[in-house]
Amino acid sequence: MTTITHEDHHDHKPQGFLNRWVFSTNHKDIGTLYLVFALLMFFIGGAMAMIIRAELFMPGMQLVQPEFFNQMTTVHALVMVFGAVMPAFVGFANWMIPLMIGAPDMALPRMNNWSFWILPFAFTMLVSTLFMDGGAPAGGWTLYPPLVLQTGDSFIFAMFAIHMLGISSIMGAINVIATILNMRAPGMTLLRMPLFVWTWLITAFLLIAVMPVLAGAVTMLITDRFFLTSFFNAAGGGDPVLFQHIFWFFGHPEVYIMILPAFGIISEIIPTFARKPLFGYTSMVYATVSIAFLSFIVWAHHMFTVGMPLGAEIYFMLATMMISIPTGVKVFNWIATMWRGSMTFETPMLFALGFVVLFTIGGFSGLMLAIVPADFQYHDTYFVVAHFHYVLVTGSVFALMAGTYYWLPKWTGHMYNERLGKWHFWLSVVFVNVLFFPQHYLGLAGMPRRIPDYSPQFADFNMLSSIGGFAFGLTQLMFVYIVWKCARGGETATAQVWEGAKGLEWTVPSPAPFHTFETPPKIDDSVVAHGNHM
Amino acid sequence: MADQQVDPQTERKAVQRKANRRTLRRLILISIGMFGFGFAMWPLYEIFCDVTGFGGRGVQEVAADDIQHYQDQREITMRFDATVNSGLNWQFEAVDSAKTVQLGKLSVASYTSINISDEPVIGHAVFNVAPPEASLYFVKTECFCFTEQLLLAGEKKDMPVTYYISPDLPDDIESITLSYTFFKNIPATLAYNNAAKKEISNQPNPNNITTNDTRARGE
Ligand code: HEM
Ligand SMILES: [Cu+2]
Repeated sequence: MTTITHEDHHDHKPQGFLNRWVFSTNHKDIGTLYLVFALLMFFIGGAMAMIIRAELFMPGMQLVQPEFFNQMTTVHALVMVFGAVMPAFVGFANWMIPLMIGAPDMALPRMNNWSFWILPFAFTMLVSTLFMDGGAPAGGWTLYPPLVLQTGDSFIFAMFAIHMLGISSIMGAINVIATILNMRAPGMTLLRMPLFVWTWLITAFLLIAVMPVLAGAVTMLITDRFFLTSFFNAAGGGDPVLFQHIFWFFGHPEVYIMILPAFGIISEIIPTFARKPLFGYTSMVYATVSIAFLSFIVWAHHMFTVGMPLGAEIYFMLATMMISIPTGVKVFNWIATMWRGSMTFETPMLFALGFVVLFTIGGFSGLMLAIVPADFQYHDTYFVVAHFHYVLVTGSVFALMAGTYYWLPKWTGHMYNERLGKWHFWLSVVFVNVLFFPQHYLGLAGMPRRIPDYSPQFADFNMLSSIGGFAFGLTQLMFVYIVWKCARGGETATAQVWEGAKGLEWTVPSPAPFHTFETPPKIDDSVVAHGNHM
Repeated sequence: MADQQVDPQTERKAVQRKANRRTLRRLILISIGMFGFGFAMWPLYEIFCDVTGFGGRGVQEVAADDIQHYQDQREITMRFDATVNSGLNWQFEAVDSAKTVQLGKLSVASYTSINISDEPVIGHAVFNVAPPEASLYFVKTECFCFTEQLLLAGEKKDMPVTYYISPDLPDDIESITLSYTFFKNIPATLAYNNAAKKEISNQPNPNNITTNDTRARGE
């Protein structure tokens, strides 16, 4: 057995593909695995989106069967939520949290290996349901009974895949919490931690609180289908609406799981390129905590139309609107950080700015949806689709792009091609709006979501949206090309990479060596980006 | 071993390892607890329904001789709704879609069912009341939903509901909808047909069906 002192001074990577990647316990390698996997899922889910937009290009049924269309919307969402966005953020957490708090690795490296390697198996199973008798689940990613219980043979495989994803997420979250609470270098007090670390700490608690609840709901679906229980079966005294309560008790915190780490990434990038410390660091931390808390008490805004008592509708409306207060604090702080800063507009900053503007539009449409009488009109229309794609694509995905460009030189040791990066941003930002902005109008005009056909008055906006969709999809191939080229070579990156960058991760060489901070770094105010010294 | 002095680095790692184990244990416990909480939402929801009358839960069943008598109360509109689950081959309708009734006065709502399949079927009705809080003031003395209903092939049956609405009904409620959904009781139907015909039924095995909304109350 290797002793602890031995580990301290060996810095070579394990030899051989199997040892290096499959048995990896190194936070950087596991981070890379997560990120590559998420990118792959982004394209699989993206291909499904292209099928959806192709069918919706014109009114009438042209390409696919309605059943298959509904399988596409369902599996697209499941793949994007659980396969692309969430694992990508876990990849960032693995790579950056130890580097940002001066820890040698994640707290529980072996569990880290497990939590990643569950994912490829879970998704192979989930995607394989497309080829089963009766097809993949087609009742929507929200898995509402009784519809979801009518899924064919693939039902149990899809449910089992979701169980595995949940276990993976919980293990990942436990690792993040243990790392942040126990592994910080001496002097890295909680209120000196970078905001990305803070947002992930809170996200991890959200994950631990709600992923098991989803597992409970899925388990009840399974027993209702196979063991004659009647949790959600009206004929047996159950209630399908109960499922919606349980699902959204998970589901609303889940959407914050997908956005809080994005807030963290943006809060790292803007100060760097504005060359000013983050405005209102402490208020950012408190805002994040309050968003997380509020996310537990607003779930029924997804089900205003199920027939709730009036008092409940009013309560959930007001509670939901309250979330915009801490969210507004964040947007204000980002803008105040830029105020009179010496800004430059490299690709990460462009994506961060795109995030601030477009995420805010998504927040506004969310606010509109929170108004009960308005939601009766908008619910289950394309307006909801537009809302959550603004917060998730121009929100979470833009933040992931921004973060990738920002830390890529640290990961690879090379600068990416800035010219191409800017092209990638501008094409993305134009086409994503061509893709999703018309969907607001479609929704307001009454076009329902998850339906493969539509009446002719919706034709023009749908065609526009589809053109935007194809162009946005193609543009993302640039991203793969830029990242690939950067991994293979390019201008050598310095340790600090960006002129205005501050924080521990910029004190190690680029590319970051396989082992870092084996002996904890000295922390003082000159290296940390934020802190209560301000 | 003996000459190895305690290196502060080594000690730090040992302390961290212990702390990590403890964090792991606690967080696993929290996860298990939250898994349980998911299930606890079921009894909590039951309580919520009982208190608010949600899901028709407030409706009281009273024997006909126990009812109170009221006079000269205001009138409201009753609406009647009838739905058949897709797994049941019956026609089921409300005779009147709406009716004006006086609060506190015993009235009869009439429904009819026809079994349009070619074999005997046992059905079971589930009801709901809208707005939910109105169910707290809803009193039934007689209802076809109290028992299982057997209809022979082609048989037609009148299904009355005797009820009154308590005069305590809040003033802002001016109309109440009473809704029934008929489900097939698959195990009971199977048992009945097996006993009657003494031969293998071609009904689906209840453990093997793909849609659960057709399943009847699991006694
Ligand atoms: C200002 C904050 C926000 C408010 C007030 C808000 C409000 C709402 C409301 C009321 C709905 C339900 C609409 C309906 O189905 O009729 C909804 C749906 C949704 N929101 Fe938000 N939202 C906010 C932010 C976010 C964020 C940050 C995300 C994710 C990153 C998000 C993701 C979603 C998703 C995925 C749905 C649709 C779920 C579905 O039915 O499939 N929202 N939002
Ligand atoms: Cu929500």
